[in-house]
Amino acid sequence: MTTSLTTTAAGDPAGTPRPAPARTSSPTTRADAPRRGRRVPDTPLNPRPSLPLTLVTGLVLVYTLLPLVWLLINATKDQNGLLDSFGLWFADDVGLWDNITRTLAYDDGVFVRWLLNTLLYVAAGAGGATVLAVLGGYALAKYEFPGRKAVFAVVVGAVAVPGTALAVPTFLMFSGMGLTNTPWAVIIPSLISPFGLYLMWVFAAEAVPTELLEAARIDGSGELRTFLTVALPLLMPGTVTVLLFSMVATWNNYFLPLIMIKDPDWYPLTLGLNAWNAQAQTAGGEAVFDLIITGSLLTIVPIVAVFLLLQRYWQSGLAAGSVKE
Amino acid sequence: MRNHTTRRAFGALAMASALAVTATACSSGGSDGTAAGPKDIAAALEKGGKVTVWAWEPTLKKVVEDFEKKYPKVDVELVNAGTGDKQYTALQNALAAGSGAPDVAQVEYYALGQFTIGDSVEDLAPYGAAKLAKSFTPGPWNAVRRDDGVYALPMDSGPMAFFYNKKVFDKHGVKVPTTWDEYVEAARALHKADPKVFITNDTGDAGATTSLIWQAGGRPYHARGTDVRIDFDDEGTRKYTATWQKLLDEKLVAPIGSWSDAWYKGLADGSIATLSIGAWMPANLTSGVASAAGDWRVAPLPQWTKGDKASAENGGSSLAVPKAAKNKELAYAFTEFATTGAGASSRVAAGAFPATSADLESKAFLDAEFPYFGGQKANRIFAESARNVSTDWSYLPYQVYANSVFNDTVGKAYVSPVKLSEGLAAWQEASIKYGADQGFSVGE
Repeated sequence: MTTSLTTTAAGDPAGTPRPAPARTSSPTTRADAPRRGRRVPDTPLNPRPSLPLTLVTGLVLVYTLLPLVWLLINATKDQNGLLDSFGLWFADDVGLWDNITRTLAYDDGVFVRWLLNTLLYVAAGAGGATVLAVLGGYALAKYEFPGRKAVFAVVVGAVAVPGTALAVPTFLMFSGMGLTNTPWAVIIPSLISPFGLYLMWVFAAEAVPTELLEAARIDGSGELRTFLTVALPLLMPGTVTVLLFSMVATWNNYFLPLIMIKDPDWYPLTLGLNAWNAQAQTAGGEAVFDLIITGSLLTIVPIVAVFLLLQRYWQSGLAAGSVKE
Repeated sequence: MRNHTTRRAFGALAMASALAVTATACSSGGSDGTAAGPKDIAAALEKGGKVTVWAWEPTLKKVVEDFEKKYPKVDVELVNAGTGDKQYTALQNALAAGSGAPDVAQVEYYALGQFTIGDSVEDLAPYGAAKLAKSFTPGPWNAVRRDDGVYALPMDSGPMAFFYNKKVFDKHGVKVPTTWDEYVEAARALHKADPKVFITNDTGDAGATTSLIWQAGGRPYHARGTDVRIDFDDEGTRKYTATWQKLLDEKLVAPIGSWSDAWYKGLADGSIATLSIGAWMPANLTSGVASAAGDWRVAPLPQWTKGDKASAENGGSSLAVPKAAKNKELAYAFTEFATTGAGASSRVAAGAFPATSADLESKAFLDAEFPYFGGQKANRIFAESARNVSTDWSYLPYQVYANSVFNDTVGKAYVSPVKLSEGLAAWQEASIKYGADQGFSVGE
């Protein structure tokens, strides 16, 4: 690190370090001199700042946050304010709280019902998907059995198939079973998460040493007990990662409920907000863009909270196995 | 907003279902002779039961309450299964899958042909619908009939009128147009006075285009049974393309899609100065663009020939009873209740535009003053327009599909040097091809 710093910063083709007095006496002529004097040496945790990188990161940050800022600002406006005022600044009267109460009360409080539906789909769908992925991933990583390779091929193949392609056959199948228009039509397909299974499989292979399982077996622990007491704690970071991914996927799910559910009483928030939006597109329908925007803000708050709470597990999960100890 | 993959997959599903429905149509044909008479309907109402209604029309909520109060043994479940083509896709899917179809469904006039020709909606004439001919205005009544059958009851109508922002016209000293030539002049004058102001918005809307062709006397669609002819080269259509091409060439229409938030914004701030649209529009203006109250006025639709009084329908929907309905007598009873008599009047009171002659001619309706339009008695203009709609217009039996490819064909005229007439020719070709693939005998 120090060598590269000296050569690059000195800009000396011959590579011979200049005498020390020159450095200290004329700091303005040498770009690196004042820096060297004030800063601790560069380490991976404290890298040298790079102007282009900072600019690019800044742009990405603005690009990412701008829609959120827009959402936050516009959630304070009513329908007239939305149409009359500039999009990235507040209207004359700010009424976020008023908007929230109106959103929750509009159309006999159907928003609350949609929120509860979404929570049900996330709890049952994403929770179930995580349980299945952990059990399956552990079994595939730690047990030898015939057909394991075939399972691998199916799982990797399934990761590549977009959900949209399966939607129509799934609809026809569920319709045949009489399950459309019920919560089951959303929950059951959400239980299957090929990516989650694959992730847990890879994670379990790395995070749970086979020697540990052997030791547990020698000590007379049954397979279930070994899994629950030895493997499961080790699998925690991976489990949380899969849970987080499937929660976000289920929370944002739009297409599956769209084709499965016709009754607004069973809509998740995504479909409900879209229905409010569609209202503005019909003769005699009421345009409620203010409520849609406030509703969207309310919809992302829980998922942002979950992400912030769980992300440290997620980070430690992704880093597992990357360092040889 | 609408995602493309979603629409594609939906399209595929809808197409598959349409095929299935057409196939059944060929094999079964005709009515199955189980239709009930008025006596059975009274008995069914007495016995009670459950009716599921798929509709997005907001004033039906009140009708359901009134109906359940009058017939306490009947339980009506009103479901908003999506708006327009989303609901039709859902309905087609439910019909194809053989389960989950409602007892009553809202179907717009332009889409009714698809369900009639597919033999998937009940002929309501034997239930007593035939005797209702006099109750409805001619335009909507014509739209729900095919041969001797009545395949739905008209719920509302959309005789066209000209909505304009008086404040904008006054500010720039521009005269309100009465002919389409004056309309082009007004478009130039307004846009020149303030480059932010456009006479109207248009990014290619099948419903609006066909309505204006209808008003101009064009009759591109001829459909009898499974024989279909499509011709976008008649005189009326040419009148429309000549005028509208000028607006496009000179970039005099705002590139904003109708019903978007940008559209509502344009209507509020005066940058979209006029709308030629159905008479149901006041409700949308009042609730969606409340801040522009007092700025807007209503006038008769501009004419293609000075002094004419031609009009056309834009939008409007009916209530139909799918063949798959479980209790057809109750379904018909609700349909008749919601579209005639007390049901229709309560809906008109809530802002719907009537398809019933009695409501359209009532003094209270004609004398109603619209505070939004500065106290104007706008219903007089709408009622006059309803009387002047010519009834010889027909849509394709698969207009829903045709409209879905409008933007891929005619839409090009809005974003590229392609001419409107070329776009319509491409639309015609795509519609002919699809029709032929579906087993229709199609020609030009």
